[in-house]
Amino acid sequence: MGGTDSVSLKRIVFLTVGTTSFDALVKVADTLEVKQELTRRGYTHLLIQMGRGTYLPAESIGEDGLLAVDCFTFSSSIADHLSSASLVISHAGSGSIFETLRLGKPLIVVVNEDLMDNHQSELAEELADRKHLYCAHPQSLHQVIVGMDLKSLLPYQPGDATPVAKLINRFLGFPDD
Amino acid sequence: MMNLLSVLQMDRFTPRFYIAAATDNMSLQKARVFEDSLLHKKVIKGSSAQFMQIYRSREVGQSYVTSVWTTLLATTHALWLMVKIRPQVVLCNGPGTCIPLCVIAFLFKVIGIRWSSIFYVESIARVKRLSLSGLLLYKLCIADQFFVQWPQLQRKYPRAHYVGCLM
Repeated sequence: MGGTDSVSLKRIVFLTVGTTSFDALVKVADTLEVKQELTRRGYTHLLIQMGRGTYLPAESIGEDGLLAVDCFTFSSSIADHLSSASLVISHAGSGSIFETLRLGKPLIVVVNEDLMDNHQSELAEELADRKHLYCAHPQSLHQVIVGMDLKSLLPYQPGDATPVAKLINRFLGFPDD
Repeated sequence: MMNLLSVLQMDRFTPRFYIAAATDNMSLQKARVFEDSLLHKKVIKGSSAQFMQIYRSREVGQSYVTSVWTTLLATTHALWLMVKIRPQVVLCNGPGTCIPLCVIAFLFKVIGIRWSSIFYVESIARVKRLSLSGLLLYKLCIADQFFVQWPQLQRKYPRAHYVGCLM
C-alpha cells in the first residue's frame, strides 16, 4: 500500500462482513465522522471487506494525514488481514468473532439489525458483557469508537473441547484417556 | 465441530461419514482438510472417511409452507443415507440439516434396527435461546446427550450438559 518507511507507523483497521451483505455497516464506516475519529485515534488505514454488499465505499490513498481507505469483496482467508490489523470491526458472525479474539486483536462487533431473528446479537452482547469486545449497531458505531478504551478489554482464553469428548467417551463406555 | 473432532480418538470413531447440506460449500472442505491432516500427522493409516451432501429441510428464510415439501424430500434422502451408513454414533451441531438424520436414527433405535447414540452440540452463538433444531431435539428427547456452550442455556434446559465454549 505504498510508503516503505511508514510501514511501522501503519495502523490498520480491518472491517469484515464475512459472506454477508451489510451495507449499513460499510456505509457508516465510510462516513467522515467515523473516518476522522479513527484518524484521531492514530489509525492510518481502513481496509473494508464488503462481502456481498452493493455499497461501494470511496477509496482513498490517504494523503494529508487522512485515513487511507481500501476495499475488497472476498478473500479465501481473512487470517492475514486480521493478523496485520490494529483494530477489527466485524459483523456478528461467530466465526469472525472467535478468529479475531483468538488472535488477541481488539474487536468491535456490529450487529446487523436488518436480520430477522437476530440471535447473533446474543453472542456479541454476552462477549461484550464479559469485556472481550465492544458491541455496537451501525448507528452507534461512531459513539463506540469515541468512547472505547481498548486497554480495558480482557483477553479471550480459547475454548477447549475436551470436556465434550470426555462426556461422549464415557457415555459410549470408552475408558478415560 | 472440528475442534471437537481433534480431541476425539479417531481409532474409536471409524469409519467416519461427514454429511453437510447440499447448499453448504465450506463445511465438507473443512472436513476434508481435517482428514488430510490426520493422514499427514499419521494419526490414521488410511482414509476411512466419506463426504456426503444432503438436501436441507429448510433454507434460511424459506416459507414454512414450502418447507413441508422440502422437509419430506430431505427426510427421504436422509432415510436413504441412514440405511446405507447405519451409524452407531451421530455427532451433530445443527442447523436443520441434522434433524431428519437424528429423527431417523432415533426411529431405528425405537424399532430395533440399529442402536445409535446421538450427540448434539448447540451452536456457540446460542447464548440465551436454543436454535429450532436444538429445541426439537431437546424437547422430543431425541439426543442422548445435549451439549450447550453457555451456562444460561443449561439453567433453562437442565437436561443439557454445559461444556463451556468450544471455540
